Amino acid sequence: MNLSATVPVSWFLILSALLFTIGVVGVLVRRNALVIFMSIELMLNAANLAFVAFARDLQSLDGQVFVFFVMTVAAAEVAIGLAIIVNVFRLKETVYVDEINLLKG
Amino acid sequence: MTLLFLAFAALLIGCALMVILHRSPVTSALFLVLTFCSLAGIYLLLQAEFLAMVQVIVYAGAIMVLFLFVIMYLNLKRDVEDGMPHVLRRYVGWAIGALLLVEGALYFGKHWALGASLPEPAPEVGNTAAIGQLLYSRYLFPFEITSVLLIVAILGAVLIGRGRVAPVTPREGGQP
Repeated sequence: MNLSATVPVSWFLILSALLFTIGVVGVLVRRNALVIFMSIELMLNAANLAFVAFARDLQSLDGQVFVFFVMTVAAAEVAIGLAIIVNVFRLKETVYVDEINLLKG
Repeated sequence: MTLLFLAFAALLIGCALMVILHRSPVTSALFLVLTFCSLAGIYLLLQAEFLAMVQVIVYAGAIMVLFLFVIMYLNLKRDVEDGMPHVLRRYVGWAIGALLLVEGALYFGKHWALGASLPEPAPEVGNTAAIGQLLYSRYLFPFEITSVLLIVAILGAVLIGRGRVAPVTPREGGQP
């Protein structure tokens, strides 16, 4: 391993892919709605990391501006989603997604 | 810098795994804070100082406080994760994750050979100033749309979070 001053950009992309995969597995494996939300945040952050890595690679700041927008959307999504989860908890006394089957009839 | 990257990456992956593996939602949320902080460190390595600060302030600050507030408000216990369907789903979930990872590895191996190094940093006016100029010139319209989105999110959160119970019993104040 060379301890040079630069890190290859593909390392950042591999890290982003790993983080995204962990987020996907979290969504698929867990059944607590809050942890599923956290896994979605992990996936959004993986996308952000890929944006920043490519922005650095292409010497362009547009990717970082996009990350700014993604963060805004993530904040809005978390606020709405947590409000929905609180409401569902009031109704069903649970946050487990496989016990929330109101639409099943 | 390579050592720094490896340290941050190991912290990032380890904490992200703890987020999805730990049974207690509070612990998951606290590990998520650590994940966001190490990601901010990686942003610093990529010379995105503004985004690193925003990451710490918005994600590790605001969003995680919201998460922790909701977790403590709902007073959740440790997750009960047993039973045959859940074990089956866990195996299927990890299998799909491994499949995704292998797919990504194949794609990476074909298109992105390891070794393309980052070019030397271009001296600029500073990351924050440059982003601000870009945000207020080329991306002005999306920026304004973002404010509309935030207004809608605020209204939606208030309306949904209020619930359907309209008559609130007046609570006698003056409790010390």
